[in-house]
Amino acid sequence: MIEKNLIIIGGGPAGLAAAKSAYDSGERDILILERENTLGGILNQCIHNGFGLHTFKEELTGPEYANRYVQQVLARNIEYKLGATVISVTNDKVITCVSEADGLVKYHAKAIILACGCRERPRGGINIAGSRCAGVFSAGTAQKLVNIDGYMVGKEVVILGSGDIGLIMARRMTFEGAKVKAVVELMPYSSGLNRNIVQCLKDFDIPLMFSHTVVDIKGKDRVESVVIAQVDEKLQPIMSTAQEIKCDTLLLSVGLLPENELAKFANVQLSNVTGGGVVDDKMMTNVEGIFQCGNVLHVHDLVDFVSEESELAGKCAVDYINNGKTESDYVELQTSGGVRYVVPQKISRKVDTGELKLKMRVANVFKNRRLVVEVDGEEIFSKKRPVVAPGEMETITLKADQLDKVSKGQSVVVCLKEV
Amino acid sequence: MKEMICICCPMGCHLQVDDSDKTNIKVTGNTCPRGEKYAKDEVTAPKRMVTSVVRVKDGVIAMASVKTSAPIDKAKIFESLDLLKGIELVAPVKEGDIAYKDILGSGVDFIVTKNVAKK
Repeated sequence: MIEKNLIIIGGGPAGLAAAKSAYDSGERDILILERENTLGGILNQCIHNGFGLHTFKEELTGPEYANRYVQQVLARNIEYKLGATVISVTNDKVITCVSEADGLVKYHAKAIILACGCRERPRGGINIAGSRCAGVFSAGTAQKLVNIDGYMVGKEVVILGSGDIGLIMARRMTFEGAKVKAVVELMPYSSGLNRNIVQCLKDFDIPLMFSHTVVDIKGKDRVESVVIAQVDEKLQPIMSTAQEIKCDTLLLSVGLLPENELAKFANVQLSNVTGGGVVDDKMMTNVEGIFQCGNVLHVHDLVDFVSEESELAGKCAVDYINNGKTESDYVELQTSGGVRYVVPQKISRKVDTGELKLKMRVANVFKNRRLVVEVDGEEIFSKKRPVVAPGEMETITLKADQLDKVSKGQSVVVCLKEV
Repeated sequence: MKEMICICCPMGCHLQVDDSDKTNIKVTGNTCPRGEKYAKDEVTAPKRMVTSVVRVKDGVIAMASVKTSAPIDKAKIFESLDLLKGIELVAPVKEGDIAYKDILGSGVDFIVTKNVAKK
């Protein structure tokens, strides 16, 4: 058993930022375990631009953003292992890891940061009927094949789901010479960023069909067509509206799921809304010394916010290594009135760092609302929002004087209210 | 009056553009100066950053990602992308390397955005 102070599982944007921040908080005994053969995670295949406006005040592509953090980790000589897959984590912080280089190794860490990111929801996760022919890909898989491996996945494409990956891939496939016949979205709105609807679909006259879904996939060896239909208010297909679209490829961009198999091993409490852990304002889960940050905690729209959140996790993990757990009295944050979730889910103190960021998603598109934090019915925070949508994470920052009004036993509710 | 969504950053500001007087285009709804510039360009000469990939010989991965060093004319996106098809870089390639110089006489280059080590 190898002893380490801090082990970070995942060398993507979350793990890299956590490692850098832990180092800068004084910790030197850090190990990053990454299962791929390169650091940087999913950013390596996100070759489009638009990353880093908050963090670096300039617009970078995914690989460039990743490399900024990789360079910072290398400059600090932080130890990392590539091709190293963690197969279990226990609640007494024993990690079992396998790699070609080292074989099977057990580590024990004083603190663990789970920065494992998320996975795509597969075809089986949405139960589309039809043929099991070739030509159905998750959008991220297609992105990797095209952008890293250099294989084109199809010529005539239908995309199900208008999240950002679906939108980005519509443009990407168009750039590579494919014809994207439609982007089909179950909901009456897109969960992708507005800018991506403009620059990935409208620029190329790709139709975006709201309140539609794929009801059948046809084809023998390869996809030959898909059948789409409009859905009613209960999201059930209206079969009289069914139409067949000829295509050879169906890309699925139907949601991302935090990858929490390791967390489950360690008895980390998970949220059934986010799919990620339940954490306090120091990013610690219910298991003492196990932290989470980035997309394993909740799926983000912007990597900048992943980095910021992970830097906080890195700093707090070091604080835990040095001082142990210092809080036990938690105030749980509740949500209502259109707010689906808030992270962190609980706060542990009258905050000493001055301010606290709360991140949340809403359940629907709302116009002219206020994001409100109430303590025992009294508003301590309010922010006007002309438009809120499920696809765009909302952030509010509570200042020390506002947090001073929160103490144990009170009901703290984050909600949307009319202006 | 035209309505558009700014694509400069993920904020996606909803812009209103009054271009009835081409010499004095008025933009509202933007939260930063880039929004105003975007809207003015969009009604006169729309431009886009373009990202793609080029093949790498002997690299640890098959493709290196590239971007335009500045936004290029929206109308010339596909013609520009065609320029990348015949190119094969040789590993190692480094972020910042020029993959294709002076796209269609625009003075804009395709530059590499990813380090690809030799196999």
